[in-house]
Formats: sequence, C-alpha cells, structure tokens
Amino acid sequence: MTGLTEELKLGLDAPICLTWELTYACNLACVHCLSSSGRRDSRELSTAEAKALIDQMAAMQVFYVNIGGGEPMLRPDFFELVGYATSKGVGVKFSTNGSRLTPQRAVELAAMDYLDIQISLDGADAATNDAVRGAGSFQTAVAAMDALADAQFGPFKISVVVTRHNIPQLDAFKNLADGYGAELRLTRLRPAGRGADTWTELHPLADQQVTLYHWLLAHPDVLTGDSFFHLNALGDDPLPGLNLCGAGRVVCLVDPIGDVYACPFVLHDEFKAGNVRATGGFEEIWRHCDLFTDLRQPQSAGACASCGQFDACQGGCMAAKFFTGLPLDGPDPECVAGHGETSLASVTPGALPASTSNHSKPVAVSLGPTR
Amino acid sequence: MARLEPEKGWQLHPRVGLRPEPFGALAYHFDNRRLNFLRSPELVALVRALPEHRTPRGAFDACGIEPRRWPSFERALHALADSGFLIPTTAENLPALETEHASQEGIVF
Repeated sequence: MTGLTEELKLGLDAPICLTWELTYACNLACVHCLSSSGRRDSRELSTAEAKALIDQMAAMQVFYVNIGGGEPMLRPDFFELVGYATSKGVGVKFSTNGSRLTPQRAVELAAMDYLDIQISLDGADAATNDAVRGAGSFQTAVAAMDALADAQFGPFKISVVVTRHNIPQLDAFKNLADGYGAELRLTRLRPAGRGADTWTELHPLADQQVTLYHWLLAHPDVLTGDSFFHLNALGDDPLPGLNLCGAGRVVCLVDPIGDVYACPFVLHDEFKAGNVRATGGFEEIWRHCDLFTDLRQPQSAGACASCGQFDACQGGCMAAKFFTGLPLDGPDPECVAGHGETSLASVTPGALPASTSNHSKPVAVSLGPTR
Repeated sequence: MARLEPEKGWQLHPRVGLRPEPFGALAYHFDNRRLNFLRSPELVALVRALPEHRTPRGAFDACGIEPRRWPSFERALHALADSGFLIPTTAENLPALETEHASQEGIVF
C-alpha cells in the first residue's frame, strides 16, 4: 500500500472525497461545529450556480460528493440539487441532524438512487449527545432514524465525532447502529470552527486514544473517513484505510459561498485555494491552484523526522496542528507518543490563529459536564 | 461474490465508474460504495477490453500482454471480481448481486 500512498500524495485528477457544505444556516449550534455554522450567508451559491458546480463535478468524474453544512436540508432547493447530482451520475452522501427528515421526506429519499445519508449523533444517550449538539437533538436524530427505517431506506450511517465523553459508549453506538441495520462511522474531533473553543475539554485523553485504537482494530467494519491515522503509532497493526493527510491531494471542501479549502477541517484563509465562481471554476482550482500544488509536494517530517513512528502516523492532522498553534511540520497535538503535549505547552495562548469564517448565531454556547 | 473463472467472459459491473488517473485509474462501485485502485495503465486498458473477448486470456493477447505476465494480471482481475467490480458477461451466468455481502476489498470513506 505504501507505493499507492506515495502516488496519492502527488494528487489526483479529481478528488476522491469532495465535501460540499450547502449552507451555513443551521438550527443547531453544536459546540464543535467545524464550520461555525448558524446563520445563512447572503453570498451562498444560487441554485443555478450550485447546478453548474455539479456539472463540473460530473465532467471531472467525481464519483460522489459529501454534502453537509450547516444543516443542508434547510436549503429550499435541497432535494432539487440532490436529484440533479444523482441524475448526473454524481452520488450523494449527505449529513444531517435529522430535524427536517420527516417520515414523508424519508419516503422520498428512500426512492432515490446513488444516495447515502449520515445522521449526526455525538452521544449514545440524550445527556451525552445533547451536551454537545443541544437540547432535544438526540430525540430529533432518533426520530429521523426511525423515519428512515420505516421508509425502508436501507443501511444509512450514524456519524459520530469521538469525544472524551462518548468514548465509553463505543459499544452502545455499535449496538444502536446494528439495531437499525445501519453503519457506524466514527470521526476525529478537530479543533476547527467552534471546535477550536471546545477542543481542550472534548478531545479524547491519552488512555482513551489507546482504547479507541484497539476498538477500531476489533471493528474493521466501522467507517472512520480514515481520520484516525495518527493512532497508527500505537501498535504494529495499522487501522484500515489510507494512511495520509488527504488535504488538497485526495480531498477538499467547497463552502456555501463557493470558497474552496484544502480539507473540511481548515476553513481558514490560510488554506483557501480559490472560489468556484472564478474563471475555470472548481476544476481549475483543483488542478492548478498554488495551495494544492504546494500540498502535493513532498512534505518535510520536520521535528517528527527523528521519531521512529513517523511512517506510521505521518505526523498526524494538518488542521489539528494549525488550529492549536503548532507548526505543520511537527507533531500532532494528540501525538500518541506524547510529543504533542510538549509542543502545546510552549504555544503562547494569544498566538492561536484567529477565525476567518464564522457564521455562529449570537448565542452563548455552553458545554455540558466535563470528565 | 463471483470467482473469476478463466473460461468465461468478464466485464466491469455496470454500476462501476472508472476514472483515469496518473497511476492508472480509480474505480468506484456505486452499489457497494467501494473504491478500488487500478494501479497501471495496462490494467485499465485490459479491463476496458474485457467485454470484447470471450475470455480474459483473449483480452491479454489483444492487449499485447506477454504470457509470462498473465498470472499477475489474473490476480488483479481476481481481486476485482472478488469485490464485485467485475462480473461475468453472459446473462445466464450473472450472479445475484448481493451487494450487502460484498467483500471487504476496496476502501470506504
């Protein structure tokens, strides 16, 4: 697999995994929201612009697009755009909090082809989930899952951001998914968006990372978006998937106003590659922009070069380093060898990168009980 | 999943998309949602040529692949058949497409 990983680092003619956030509007205010969503942005792509982007994805043979937000189902043209994409051979996987997924909508979705649904859930019980996603959000998600099951949608996905508080619930999540005939997807908490403000209290502790690594090895059918490769340094067995940072190489993000970022976890000017409204559109950006060209160059292991585990963990996640103020060519803040904690200790608190994209509603965000 | 039987004709599953890439091609199965990497342009040409030939070896010949290299290409085709990316061409040999039992070959994000 090593040879392939090296080839993928050089970039592909089109992304494997393209995330498209349809709107910044959201009825929830999750404390770890990567895109600091809440309020719709008046510059969001129109229906015609969104369809033009889909046309370009189809021409580039983007096999599927991961639609998110904000809450994508809040867009009035949501079904129109999903139908348009699938009719063009671009499969859709969309993430939703379930609040607009009524029984009637579930029936419509079940009748569509090339479609996957991910219901976001960050706790296996209401208390754990709602502390992060807001009061009532657990019940909302359960109602949506019930609707999908009743409509015989088939195997949808339950998408969980792993935190300090829900790691003890991994088996409960799996049981919940199995009960619905659903797939479980676990992804890594990133200190991006509002997550930058809550990461310190929410990210898994060192002993929990070990638990997670072994649990994932024991459950190879659980999807991860390949987001836990920094854990590979914990043992001889690598987690399944591509062991690399895909930013600008195999993944990227299009935000609601058409800005293209290197990955879904770096909505910051530093990692903005261009806008799809510019001449040449998305294809020009993906194939030729300076940022992605740079990211496809061989990257220095930097401070990690002297660590014997670099081949296993690849230095971890670029976004996690950036938003915690760490150098990009050094250890991940959650480095399993503990090098990240040392580096974090030397970061000046005021030196963290300021947010350049924030659509939060002007409401207080509070955390639930912390461990 | 179907075993690749050398006496049969084979072709890409109709719900598999093939996208040329510098290293060969990326294949995506819209039914089982898996990705596969076809890691040489020769393998891509071979896969595309399969339906025009009664057997895989007929396609090997037509693509100018030397017999000494056939075993490695057969292994690659076996892997694609195991993961449901290749299916027999003749209608009577079509396997039931039990996508939910698709093998763990390939990558899912």
